[in-house]
Amino acid sequence: MKLRPILLNVAVAAIALLVLFPLAWMLSVSFMSTGEASAFPPPLLPKVWTLEHYRDLFVSQGMGRYLWNSFALATLGTVLALLFTVPAGYAFAKLRFRGRERIFQILVGALVVPAQIGTLPLFLMLKSMGLVNTYAGALVPWLASIFGLFLVRQYALSIPDEMLEAARIDGASEGQIFRRVVLPTLQPIVVTLALFVFLGSWNDFLWPLIILTDQSNYTLPVALAALSREHVQDVELMMASAVITVAPVLILFLALQRYYIRGMLAGSVKG
Amino acid sequence: MTAQPVPHAGGAPMTRKRERAAWGFVAPALIAIGVFFAIPVFAALLLSLTDFDIYALADIGNMRFVGLQNYERLFTNPLFWGAMKNTGLFAVLGVPLSIATSLGAAVILNARVVKWRPLWRVMFFAPYVTTLVATAVLWNYLLHTRYGVINWAISSVGLQPVDWLGDPSTSIPAILMFVVWKIFGYNMLIFLAVLQTVPDDLYEAARIDGAGPWKQFRHVTLPAIAPTLLLVSIISVAGFFQLFAEPYVMTQGGPAQSTVTVLYFMYEEGFKWWNLGSASAVAFVLFLCILAVTLVQLAVAKRVGAYE
Repeated sequence: MKLRPILLNVAVAAIALLVLFPLAWMLSVSFMSTGEASAFPPPLLPKVWTLEHYRDLFVSQGMGRYLWNSFALATLGTVLALLFTVPAGYAFAKLRFRGRERIFQILVGALVVPAQIGTLPLFLMLKSMGLVNTYAGALVPWLASIFGLFLVRQYALSIPDEMLEAARIDGASEGQIFRRVVLPTLQPIVVTLALFVFLGSWNDFLWPLIILTDQSNYTLPVALAALSREHVQDVELMMASAVITVAPVLILFLALQRYYIRGMLAGSVKG
Repeated sequence: MTAQPVPHAGGAPMTRKRERAAWGFVAPALIAIGVFFAIPVFAALLLSLTDFDIYALADIGNMRFVGLQNYERLFTNPLFWGAMKNTGLFAVLGVPLSIATSLGAAVILNARVVKWRPLWRVMFFAPYVTTLVATAVLWNYLLHTRYGVINWAISSVGLQPVDWLGDPSTSIPAILMFVVWKIFGYNMLIFLAVLQTVPDDLYEAARIDGAGPWKQFRHVTLPAIAPTLLLVSIISVAGFFQLFAEPYVMTQGGPAQSTVTVLYFMYEEGFKWWNLGSASAVAFVLFLCILAVTLVQLAVAKRVGAYE
């Protein structure tokens, strides 16, 4: 009878070790001196802790620029995605307009189409608009988020109609109702969606790789992929750049994990 | 605001006004979805019927319609079939492996006797939100033949070191180790959410009937999560069909093309060789494969459901 709890707790500890070890190793190696990690057996902690790789990355590898690009694009992408999808999600849940059910059905069907299919024509389209290698070009996919629209709609369905009717009888316009009544109730899902888009944009690789052709516009993942081909041997430098890339999103996630996990489960379990 | 007296909510002018407001809310999103999603997807179908290449990129006049020639050429291209085979292998191995890991972790974490469950939940999920490119670079070093921690662990139990990413027979398993590490927390959370809806009485009753842990899992847990299992496997298949950054960062498709996936093949065809017509055909074949697998899984689920 006593054995089961012990076994289970040992199993959990073992999984935790497997999950966390790579991240801890990454952090530790980023503080090692050049060449230290290339040894057998692999050292787990630095002999002397150094920040030289972080300094090198910002001083001579342009890391500050990539960090800024990633941050600016993720922030702008989040703002734009919210502006486009939150009002639409609310309208699909609570406002009546002709063709609503029909359009919604089409959007549900479109969910099975992976966005990558349109990548090539979208690239040509943006090229003809002169948006290749611009922030605007990199931001475009975040405007057209069917998933975000669904997420907001799902949540907005729970807003009681009486609340909206009461505001209408008080003479509020639909825009005022949205701002004063609807938005405050939607606050949790807005935070969730913002978090999804920010992390999604920060971590995205294929689209920025295609659309941001000039090195000065690279986001962190694109820069990291290029850097890793150039500096394969520099384990410590690469781990420092991986830490810089991963740390912001990991911290953001840990700080707001409630919103993330709740939204994730709402989006997948129910529907 | 209008100062006119409002008749009462629901009147004809009111409805029209409300309808106009609703369109104001949905129009920006629908236009964006139309322009940046729907049009490109349909255009991809058209593009796949052309010989759009680097010359057409310079001058659209160089583009011609070639019917199904891109598809014909693709189906006789051994590199494309290699990419299809690799992608299939990734999915066939990766989907069961990742789902089994997620489910195993979920069942363990669901046990009441486990301490600090909320903490573990978040920790196990954390790799999922990390930047794919960064953790792929990290795993490249973990998988290093001479200095990698994984080979160190292997050699400490007396086995020979493995050239994980340098040998065509281990490159896919090596990448899968990384992928499972990164994504298992996602499905684990979904399974956990469902497991928590299974009433304790059911397990209690099974225990009274003398069912051991395996029988409890088979007859109580599994039926409860069956619909979720289907949903999760469909999403996972689609995910494994779209591997791209992993081979791009870790192996560049090698060694000996053993990790070229369909999406990687499309990227090279389109943005390295600028054969956008042919690359669009690749994209469409990929889409049809995902669709086909999804439909088959749904059909199988319906059949199985009918038996129970």
